Order: sequence, then C-alpha cells, then structure tokens
Amino acid sequence: MCDVHLPSTLRPLFRDLPRRLDVEAATVADALSELDRRWPGLRDRLCEPDVAAAGAVSRPGPGAPGRLVLRRHIHVYVDGERGDLATEVAERSRLDVIAAISGG
Amino acid sequence: MPQTVLLVGTRKGLFLLESDDRRDWRLRGPLCDGWPIYHAIYDDESGTIFAAAASEWHGAGVWRSGDLGETWEFSSEGLTYDADSGLKVNKVSSLASTPGRLLVGAESIGLFESRDGGRTFSVVSTLDGASGRDAWNDPANQAPGHLGLSAIIPDPGDEQKLRVIVQGNSIFDTDDGGKTWVPRNKGLRRDWPPPPDPEVGFCVHKLAPSPADPQRWYQQGHVGTWRSDDGGRSWNEITEGLPSEFGFACAAHPHDRDTFYTIPLDPLHTRTMQDGRASVWRTRDAGSSWQRLGNGLPDHDAHLGVLREGMVADAEDEFGLYFGTSTGQVFASTDEGDSWSALAGYLPAISSVRVTTIG
Repeated sequence: MCDVHLPSTLRPLFRDLPRRLDVEAATVADALSELDRRWPGLRDRLCEPDVAAAGAVSRPGPGAPGRLVLRRHIHVYVDGERGDLATEVAERSRLDVIAAISGG
Repeated sequence: MPQTVLLVGTRKGLFLLESDDRRDWRLRGPLCDGWPIYHAIYDDESGTIFAAAASEWHGAGVWRSGDLGETWEFSSEGLTYDADSGLKVNKVSSLASTPGRLLVGAESIGLFESRDGGRTFSVVSTLDGASGRDAWNDPANQAPGHLGLSAIIPDPGDEQKLRVIVQGNSIFDTDDGGKTWVPRNKGLRRDWPPPPDPEVGFCVHKLAPSPADPQRWYQQGHVGTWRSDDGGRSWNEITEGLPSEFGFACAAHPHDRDTFYTIPLDPLHTRTMQDGRASVWRTRDAGSSWQRLGNGLPDHDAHLGVLREGMVADAEDEFGLYFGTSTGQVFASTDEGDSWSALAGYLPAISSVRVTTIG
C-alpha cells in the first residue's frame, strides 16, 4: 500500500476525502486512477490533457491523444523525490501531492 | 420584504452584499472556498447562484449554491474537450441561464451547457467554422486575461439563438444552437491591422442590450463606445464627448432606451479612471452628449479600474446602479448615477458584479 498525502485544497471539493490514505498502486498514475474511482472527478483537479502532445490547433501533429499530465502547479513527490505520472511507487512508498506555492 | 443581493466575484472568492433597503448592506464571504471567480449569476427559475471559477492549482469549474450561499457544491464534470481536439479548458469565464439551461463560456474558446442545474456539462460548440477560428482558438495565441468566450447573451424567446463575444476578436451570433456563427461587428473600427477576414478582429469588451428596447444595444470596446439601433446587426460610434475611447464596463438603463452608462479608462498600461478621479459617464440621448458623474465617488488620488463584468443595474423602478473595482471597492447609486455611496472598500480584486432582487 502506498501512503498518499493530499493537499488541503482538494478537501472542500470531495465529500469525505481525507488528507491521507493508503492506495494500492504501481505508479503515480495508478494511484490517481484509484482515487478518481473513489471520488469521481478528483483526477481532473490534478491532471489535464496534454495539449502539446495532442497538437494545438495551429500545430497539428500525431501526438498522443488522451494523454494526461499533471497540472502546472501540482507537484508529486515519491519518497521525497519529485516525480510525474509515470513514476513508480513501491509497496511502502510515500506519495505527496502538493499544490505548489504560486501567485499571491 | 424584497432583498437586494449583489454577487461580487473576486480574485479570492465570491462575496455577497445583501440589503433590505439598498442603504444598509451586509457582507458575506469569501465563498466558493476562496477560488478566483470570474463571473457569478443568480438563476431566478431555480434560485441557484452559479459561479464560474478557475484555480491555478485545480483547474476550472462551476460552483453552485441553492440556498443563497450557505452551502456550495463544485462540478466540472463534462467541462472538457475531446482529447484529440488540441483544446483544453483553462478557465470558465462567462455564465448565462435560461429556463432549464445553464450556459458556460470557456477558454480555450467554447460554449458548454448544463441541463441538470450545474451538476454535469456538455459541449455545445467550439465555434468550428466561425471566421478566423483557427487563429483565435490557438492555445498559444490567446488574448491577455484568457477569458476566451467572454460573454454569452441568450435570446429570451428562442433557445437556438445566442450572441457571444470571443475576447479580442468578435461578436458572433448563432440562430441554430451553435452549429453556425455569424460575425456582428459591422461599423466597428480598430486601430490595428485587420486579419484576413476583415469582418472579425475587433476587441469587444462588453455588450449591454437595453431592457427597454430589444433593438437598442450598447457596447464598450477597446476602441470606442458604440450604439446599435438594429439589435446589434450594425454599430454607430458614440465616443465623442468621452475622455477616453477605452473602457471595459458599461450598463444600460433598465427602463429608458436612450440612457446608458460607461466607465472610460486610460487605455495604456494603467487602465484606470483618468486623472485619479473616479467617474461614471452617462448619456441620456443615446450617445449624442455625455455627463460626468462623480458625486460621492473619490475625487482625487483614486486610480480605480473596473473590468468588463464589473458594472450592473438592477430592474427596480428607482433602479440601483453598481460597480466594483479591480482594487476591491463597490459603489452604488439609486438616483440614476447622480450620487454614489461606497458599499465595500476592502475586497479582493473584483472581476464581476451581478444583482438580483429576491422576495
């Protein structure tokens, strides 16, 4: 079980969402998928479509339709190291999801 | 006793100003968990407040409250584009409601609807085929402010008819529910080179249809103040007599088609009222002449800006006129602008002011 820590800013959006919970996952993406299954819409608050990969209107390209990336100001750390959606998590990993300080 | 409620959207949440007599006001907020609110409306039919929000952290969505702000729920379900469209929803910036329907404007530019009271949404149109669309819907080429579809004005009698503003580009009309779009900028001018289709490429900030006459519309733009006598199909400039051709907010008199208010701003970087004097300007003859209104407003050292959704009139016989500034003040007049009073002085930066009368 991966030990997931979530930002306080998510809690008002999802009923009974805890700050900390255990999730069965092999990657960060897996962990967020499991959270999204339990609290529908949660992943969208942390991730967004990878428009650059899909090809912007004026820059069509083959891309990777449907690919998600973390939102710009959402950071994840696995056992203290900055990660992304593909980062692997181990049985006893700690996964911190951070709403990064930005703006004022 | 009827209650007047101002919905004040700010960079740090929604605030409500409530009054039984439009003299003494109570302030509630910040609501919506302090999310930046770009536009908030009250839907008379359902008694619901809707607030368009976009968080730097968690993206865009719509907050809703069916009990005048006591409790709130948030949803963005369906507020997204096809994964292979190259578009993503960065912000929801405009709202409008008609019976049974909530309309939402977004950037990247698109129009969404909800038919279940703001719980789920679906795409109505991404304005495919509208003139210049590929250029102005390029995510890398959005106007500052990133409002996208910055206004939605439904036709009260026909659900298929809508007028919208694409920020920095055009007014568009649809009469087939969003399948096709026609630019409505005839007569407008610009002070930059035209795009390949000269019928678009205008920076329209705010449209104000007259509640007294469906053919009479007013407009405050980046370049000029405008009047239409044919329902917005063409525009006549009425800037002469104003201290600046630039402004964002404006409002039409609720009962007199010839009376209109605008707030001219310095067009350069400041975008504040000129000479540090807070001023609203009024015409009573459809733009032939203008009067400066400042009684009760700060007269010096007041460098105030008002954004495009920052001014509104209620519909009372002795109507109230309200505006909120980008430095957090709210001012009101109940004598058609002849005198003003401050309702709030220390709110976060205000992006929208809407008013409703309940009871």
